[in-house]
Amino acid sequence: MSTLETPAPTSGHDAAPARPRWQVVLVRPETMTLILLILGIFAGGLLSPFFLDISYILRSFTLYSEFAMVALVLTMVIIAGEIDLSPAANMALSACIFAWLQQAGVPIPAAVAVGLASGLAMGALNAFMVIGLQLPSIIVTIGTLTLYRGLAQVIAGDKSIRVPEWFIGIDKIMVAGIPLPVVLFVVVALVLGIVLGGTIFGRQIYQVGTSEVAARHAGIRAARIKLVLFLLVGLVAATAGIMTASRLGSVRYDLGLGGELQMVLMAMLGGTYIFGGRGTILGTFLAAWLLVIVSTGMIVANVLPAVQLVVLGALLIVSIIATNFIYSRTQR
Amino acid sequence: MAETVPLVRARGIGKEFAAVDVLRDVDLDLFPGEIHALLGENGAGKSTFAKILAGVHRPSTGTLELNGKPVEVTSPIVAQKLGITLIHQEPISFPDLSVAENLVLGRADERWFSRVPWAEMTGEARRLMDLLGVKIDVTRQMRGLSIADQQMVEIARALASDSRLIIMDEPTAPLTPKEVETLFGIARRLRDEGRTIIFISHRLEEVRALCDRVTIFRDGNKIATDTIGNLTDADIIRLMIGRPLKEYMHKTRSQIGEAALRVEGLTLPGVFNDVSFTVRKGEIVGLGGLVGAGRTDVARAIFGVAPAASGTVEVDGKRVTIADPSQAIALGLAFVPEDRAVAGIFRTLSVEQNISAAVPDQIAPSGFIRRSVEKLLAEDAVRKLSIRLASLRQPIGELSGGNQQKAILARWLLTNPSVLILDEPTRGIDIGVKAEFYDMIGELAASGRAILLISSELPELLALCDRILVMSEGRQTADIPRSAATQEAIMHAAVPQVRGVAA
Repeated sequence: MSTLETPAPTSGHDAAPARPRWQVVLVRPETMTLILLILGIFAGGLLSPFFLDISYILRSFTLYSEFAMVALVLTMVIIAGEIDLSPAANMALSACIFAWLQQAGVPIPAAVAVGLASGLAMGALNAFMVIGLQLPSIIVTIGTLTLYRGLAQVIAGDKSIRVPEWFIGIDKIMVAGIPLPVVLFVVVALVLGIVLGGTIFGRQIYQVGTSEVAARHAGIRAARIKLVLFLLVGLVAATAGIMTASRLGSVRYDLGLGGELQMVLMAMLGGTYIFGGRGTILGTFLAAWLLVIVSTGMIVANVLPAVQLVVLGALLIVSIIATNFIYSRTQR
Repeated sequence: MAETVPLVRARGIGKEFAAVDVLRDVDLDLFPGEIHALLGENGAGKSTFAKILAGVHRPSTGTLELNGKPVEVTSPIVAQKLGITLIHQEPISFPDLSVAENLVLGRADERWFSRVPWAEMTGEARRLMDLLGVKIDVTRQMRGLSIADQQMVEIARALASDSRLIIMDEPTAPLTPKEVETLFGIARRLRDEGRTIIFISHRLEEVRALCDRVTIFRDGNKIATDTIGNLTDADIIRLMIGRPLKEYMHKTRSQIGEAALRVEGLTLPGVFNDVSFTVRKGEIVGLGGLVGAGRTDVARAIFGVAPAASGTVEVDGKRVTIADPSQAIALGLAFVPEDRAVAGIFRTLSVEQNISAAVPDQIAPSGFIRRSVEKLLAEDAVRKLSIRLASLRQPIGELSGGNQQKAILARWLLTNPSVLILDEPTRGIDIGVKAEFYDMIGELAASGRAILLISSELPELLALCDRILVMSEGRQTADIPRSAATQEAIMHAAVPQVRGVAA
């Protein structure tokens, strides 16, 4: 890697030379995620032969697919320079509203619709405080994460609410041999990947996240972009909540507890820059698989739960350091 | 004074920021017991020089001697120990602490866990205030004090550390005439005690009322040092601006058409007041004045970045309300902001993306970006404006300032604007590239666009503009046609009017 060691050219009066193409393509955080993923699969295979059973990995992934789906949207929020820590609580509240309604006799389609609408409303509340009242999103969403989780408990109490038998088992539905939640995750990733990478909306997300002031001066409506993103997180979180209800067969207020950290972990592991302006859907997509591989691998290898936590924490810190290093190195 | 040892002897002081010389080879002697004024236009180098003395900046070249001994002022703390204090216009203090606490803060003899000597502190603070002859309750919080009183506290701090050189950087701007009088009285007393005071101000009458000698800076060079009595106001203004009037004269005569932008009674309380002007098609209207006169705020208000509270804007004869830049762009306005690094470029994004940022509809008619179209637009712009770069895909932050600015101009030209507002478009740009910009601005006007050019550089305004408006302290003070425009006329309108200064 001698090229990397070349001192930055003392920028004269025109422009620094462009980086070689291979560096642009390869020296980026997603590469690190991919390498870690391959290492993880390799190590898992050494630990246990069952591990290389693809259907086992897919089944394991269904446990994370709801968080992973939300993490994809969260990635866009972080690129736009904001953050949303409330989606896991949103999942719980939407699922509780849905479950409570259907238990009270509301037809399932209507209950689902109300659940999704409530998710949107939660996104709208976040957006109102962040965009309308100009409050920092990290504080706002820590507040609403507590609020939404609390409301879920008010609605559901401490009991589980059952959902009808026929509604249970989204994870048992197979599409071409792949569990439906995994298929949904891949579809959402593809759609969002195209939106973020190929549309003006996606382009402006990066521009707003890089410099909101410059974006405003260029006529980009930053507020509108952020509003759409917060609403989208709300909607996808509600979807994820109802999917979780189907997978578990019942809803409690603590559904998805602590999920916000898993989501942030996926985005960070995928190379999303916490200060905005950089990151990709591909990165978060790979990171979701990495997280599943590492977690499952440790379970297969009988690693103590406490140690598993330590490993995940270390992974997060390493990924943040690497991401920062790569960005500071490649973009002056 | 020649036989006295100077308190400060500066020799060959120079400073460069990012390969741009802002101060060149300054020699200056400051003597004990004098009040010395530093004068010059914005960016002439006077504040930079003062900050070098105060340890805020380190000189790139040159040496400093204090009382005949060479010193290196490496930081404001070192400066303080050497007896040099810089008093800022808006004092940097700790607003929640008391006056007494602010007075003794940052003393070298404090340890982390030493006891806070409240009684001694208050006592000493009172003594210092008495010394200055001002009545301020030293147990009050700084927050509640007027700016004038806060400045007094800063001066008291300078006395507390027994400063021999006190630098006041535009101290009078926020003060009332009475407060100015008090400040001047104290400054004179300090001088009579043998201390040296550097006084930076734009107000000639104040300089004349207070100072003994004056040094004039221009374009980073020291132009002259003389006793104030030897110079008339006209002399001083001539020295401040009198660069050889290189005739740029890039302005090709263009057909001036009907009004493209008309502004009537634009007001944003506390920022600018009752600003009215018209820019016609093919016309370049200059907006001159000192930094802080409200020129940029007017531009931001017109463009919808920070809308005005009252007043009307007409574009192409139609009255419009612009509450957001996107509306301004839709009406055919374009704005190249002064602060390129913050409000102009997306530093880490590609040059290509930076150029196409304001024309999403052109590169993505259906919402999906067509990269080939974007590349063509960007390549075309790079060729037309001769932007020098290694690759369209490289982050714009890797380009030089001049080329970044060209890319921003390219962004706006793609919107085909009928009105262009350029705010200090050539700031921080090499001379050679500046000339290119002048050509471009001239061509833009010749092609029938209306141009509002904000600039602090008088030759730039004189060379390019058909008409020059001048603002001073938020008010429009002059509207000078090309035939009557001189550097002196602009400068007279730009320098704030005196407000009863003690003689």
